[in-house]
Amino acid sequence: MGTSFGRGGATTFQQDLQHSDCIVIMGSNMAECHPVGFQWVVEAKLRGATVIHVDPRFTRTSALADLHVPLRAGSDIAFLGGIVHHILVHRREMREYVVRYTNAATIVDDGFRDTEDLDGLFSGWDPETGSYDPLTWQYAGEALGTDPSLEHPRCVFQILKRHFARYTPAMVEQICGVSQDVFVRVCETLCDSSGSDRTAAFCYAVGWTQHTVGVQYIRTAAIIQQLLGNIGRPGGGILALRGHASIQGSTDIPTLYNILPGYLPMPHADTGTLDEYLARHASRTGFWGHFDAYTVSLLRAWWGDAATPENDWCYDYLPRIDGDHSTYQTVMDMRDGNVAGFFVMGENPAVGSANGKLHRLALAELDWLVVRDFTAIETASFWYDAPEIETGELRTADIATEVFLLPAASHAEKDGSFTNTQRLLQWHEQAVEPAGDCRSELWFMYHLGRRIREKLAGSADPRDRPVLDLRWDYLTHGTIEEPSAEAVLREINGWGPDGRALARSTELKTDGSTVCGAWIYCGCYADEVNQTARRTPGADQSWVAPEWGWAWPDNRRILYNRASADPSGRPWSERKAYVWWDDAKGEWAGHDVPDFEAGKPPDYVPPEGAQAEDALRGDDPFVMQVDGVAWLYAPSGLEDGPLPTHYEPHESPFENALYRQQSNPGRQTYRRPDNPYNPTAGQLGADVFPYVLTTYRLTEHHTAGGMSRTVGYLSELQPAFFCEVSPALARERALEHGGWATIVTARTAVEARVLVTERLATLRVQGRDIHQVGLPYHWGSRGLTTGDSANDLLPLALDPNVHIQEAKAATCDIRPGRRPRGPELTALVDGYRRRAATGGTAQ
Amino acid sequence: MSEPARVGFFTDTSVCIGCKACEVACKEWNEIPDRPLEFLATSYDNTGALGADTWRHVAFIEQPRESGGVRWLMSSDVCKHCTSAACLDVCPTGALFRTEYGTVVVQEDICNGCGYCVPACPFGVIDRRKDDGRVWKCTMCYDRLRGGLEPACAQACPTDSIQFGPLDELRDRAARRVDTLHDQGATEARLYGHDPTDGVDGTGAFFLLLDEPEVYGLPAAPVVTTRDLPEMWRWTAAAGAALAGLVALSFTRRR
Repeated sequence: MGTSFGRGGATTFQQDLQHSDCIVIMGSNMAECHPVGFQWVVEAKLRGATVIHVDPRFTRTSALADLHVPLRAGSDIAFLGGIVHHILVHRREMREYVVRYTNAATIVDDGFRDTEDLDGLFSGWDPETGSYDPLTWQYAGEALGTDPSLEHPRCVFQILKRHFARYTPAMVEQICGVSQDVFVRVCETLCDSSGSDRTAAFCYAVGWTQHTVGVQYIRTAAIIQQLLGNIGRPGGGILALRGHASIQGSTDIPTLYNILPGYLPMPHADTGTLDEYLARHASRTGFWGHFDAYTVSLLRAWWGDAATPENDWCYDYLPRIDGDHSTYQTVMDMRDGNVAGFFVMGENPAVGSANGKLHRLALAELDWLVVRDFTAIETASFWYDAPEIETGELRTADIATEVFLLPAASHAEKDGSFTNTQRLLQWHEQAVEPAGDCRSELWFMYHLGRRIREKLAGSADPRDRPVLDLRWDYLTHGTIEEPSAEAVLREINGWGPDGRALARSTELKTDGSTVCGAWIYCGCYADEVNQTARRTPGADQSWVAPEWGWAWPDNRRILYNRASADPSGRPWSERKAYVWWDDAKGEWAGHDVPDFEAGKPPDYVPPEGAQAEDALRGDDPFVMQVDGVAWLYAPSGLEDGPLPTHYEPHESPFENALYRQQSNPGRQTYRRPDNPYNPTAGQLGADVFPYVLTTYRLTEHHTAGGMSRTVGYLSELQPAFFCEVSPALARERALEHGGWATIVTARTAVEARVLVTERLATLRVQGRDIHQVGLPYHWGSRGLTTGDSANDLLPLALDPNVHIQEAKAATCDIRPGRRPRGPELTALVDGYRRRAATGGTAQ
Repeated sequence: MSEPARVGFFTDTSVCIGCKACEVACKEWNEIPDRPLEFLATSYDNTGALGADTWRHVAFIEQPRESGGVRWLMSSDVCKHCTSAACLDVCPTGALFRTEYGTVVVQEDICNGCGYCVPACPFGVIDRRKDDGRVWKCTMCYDRLRGGLEPACAQACPTDSIQFGPLDELRDRAARRVDTLHDQGATEARLYGHDPTDGVDGTGAFFLLLDEPEVYGLPAAPVVTTRDLPEMWRWTAAAGAALAGLVALSFTRRR
């Protein structure tokens, strides 16, 4: 999303779905995982919208959809690419939008070679490093510029046409198992629901992200929505449905290793000085042109008066990264004995992470482990009740990890904010004091920092300066000395030289006179008011409801909404009017906060040498992009190519029907004994694991189960780990409805109750029937309802851009009955691996 | 003070997403005990039926279609709060009563656990709790109504599948909804329990269904089981009188 449009967040908000004429839900089971938000899909349907659900399984979302399209897990780019093909071949694009608001007309470097030229690779591939040099992907430059006729053979539009030329309905049928007539019906419905008078929206979730080519799934949808003119307009957009309460917030104010608050990159070890850092990451044009102001204000928020122009605002205090330090890499390092201590908060990796066994084995290599949760979750209890204790792979007496289990306060026991799926910050107040020793994360982090600083006080060691110089002066209150969450929010918002809260990020300065903890959140405490705590009922304001909570940036609900008006500033149609140019007042007006400088007229042309947003035209709606337009083609920012390409999942029963290149060449793999892979199609022994495996969630449980398997009212609703299989697969493998089945991969085997259901369709792919096995991943060894963990089956094979595991498509075998216990379990799995290695077939 | 209007539930199963928020909200508000964990292998339904510890129950019905694919029906069932409620008729203690809202409620401090109401209910709703012997069922959140709140299930329902309000309004709304669905080609849509002339004189909780009632586990033509009681009593009285006459006669003859 960031690469295509400029910001890493949903382009729209859930309430806006009611204005859609067509909603495509794909890579998401919205009704089950976002039941409250789904009311707006139901509302759209009541208003006449067509709802299409594309998913391997028929779910509770499909039950309410007008059309459910089952497809093979892991084939989405072929499907979406087929839609791109359909739009281009039948000239269904919204021409003026495409020409003016996207980079369709931009001419690309003549060194660029497409996957069509290189059989599945782009130019710049280095087999030695296993990565791309994106030099040839660049724009040709200002000399050639753009071709608004879209005819130049090297303009993005023509490249796009060639890239997707073979993504025909017949190819979609071959790869996805979707019949051509159903596929064309989806294309036509989508196209008929787009244009100046109509709009269509896409909703996705981790069904798209959790793949070795996951980012490119989303990119394909971004291309479709650009071609159809559906971004920045009411009823349009791409809604990224986040997995739980504050997942959007956890990237905005990141828990990630490679970004700082507000999506500023973490400095790399080779970026020596602040000037070098700024030079590398700032853009000359667009709002990233103020990168320096965002950075300096952040450094001032953290290090206060210690940050001075002389010391580069304490830039050297920031840690440096020198490679991949993401979750799974850290687990590998842990397993190899290179990580001493580990904090786990709000997460249960022993159940929730792919290849859970590897994670549990890694925990056993730590010196110490801190787990903060409501109950003793599996991550805290691994040392005495992990499945590996039963198999003998771990012995409690041999585990030296010192485990600290600290009780956490629940959301009702603390103040704070959630940033939800639509970038909306909503405040919640403490209702009761936390019981006993339960404490908030804020309490824990603040007092941990305070105690560390006390221990370091007086140290002359320069390495302690970053900690000692931190501004760490939050007010506390009450007997437990809870820090003020509002003070933290105010610091994130920032203040100016007069000490007053800032109103918007355009007030940020490079001279150190402003303080701001996350520039994208600047304004959430405007006028010294906690804007996130606003709760004006929907009935008392417009449907956009700007007075409910606060959305970043600048309380904007639809991003890039300048695109809801045509280049001249008029709405594309009366029905789809949202933001427009008010000639009389000389400013932008409408239902939302315009995502544009208020007084910049539609006919504005940048003067020579203009910088930042001043360098963008009055009809450049994508104000974060250097060229002010959305990117059909991404000349930079992605590790695995400027255009999405269908690659098979890392483990697949099928060879790639489009290219010789089987899987994403840039995907991250860990080839080591504790992360064995099933052979994939074309390799010896692939038929030992003949079925497609996909994992998912149920409404009744919450992610890794720590908050639901412990609750009686929820556990009784889904009291057992189960697998879903088609009647045909049940016959093929003698699986009994209501009985037990054992599901096997090279990692392990798990047992589950069996639901034989027509909701899992057998698909016809490349001339043969393919069965898919569905597994909800909520279970673990503890709580009221217990069961094996589906994630234990999955391999660690990751997307190269965001290091997310491929959890939604792998291969497996399934057999009737319960799994063996103890060492016999490992023997069973070893037997499978041996047969796979020697090319033997499944039992 | 005038009586409040009769209120009810209109459960529109065509927009139910089977999230079971109604089941959980009901149990939370009414502090209903946990049930044993049982995997029923009945689609996503592990509750089974309405009972003493289940006052809202979401049924899941998977229907393979001739054209291929599948239809998945979901429906949140509840006590019907019948206009003519047999449970109420047979209750000897007065524990069951009709409230000022027209709903039927058990008073837990009066119920003596006789259980007469259990077989009397034509829908199999009311049920005895094993460990205390008393009967329990949906109260339409009588305590919440008195506090000016809507029932917990209706408030929790994210898609407005469960609608609460004055029964007359709900019936009008439901009729319009059926018309809309028919216009859209969903000719199978029909109402259940809305008709004041049916065997229970209409229910306070009625439904929009997409198939025959039996598919959802509902009786096709429920009849208040006490319908024939007056008639039966008349016969009983006549028979008693006749018997008394015979006895009297026999005594007369002896003299």
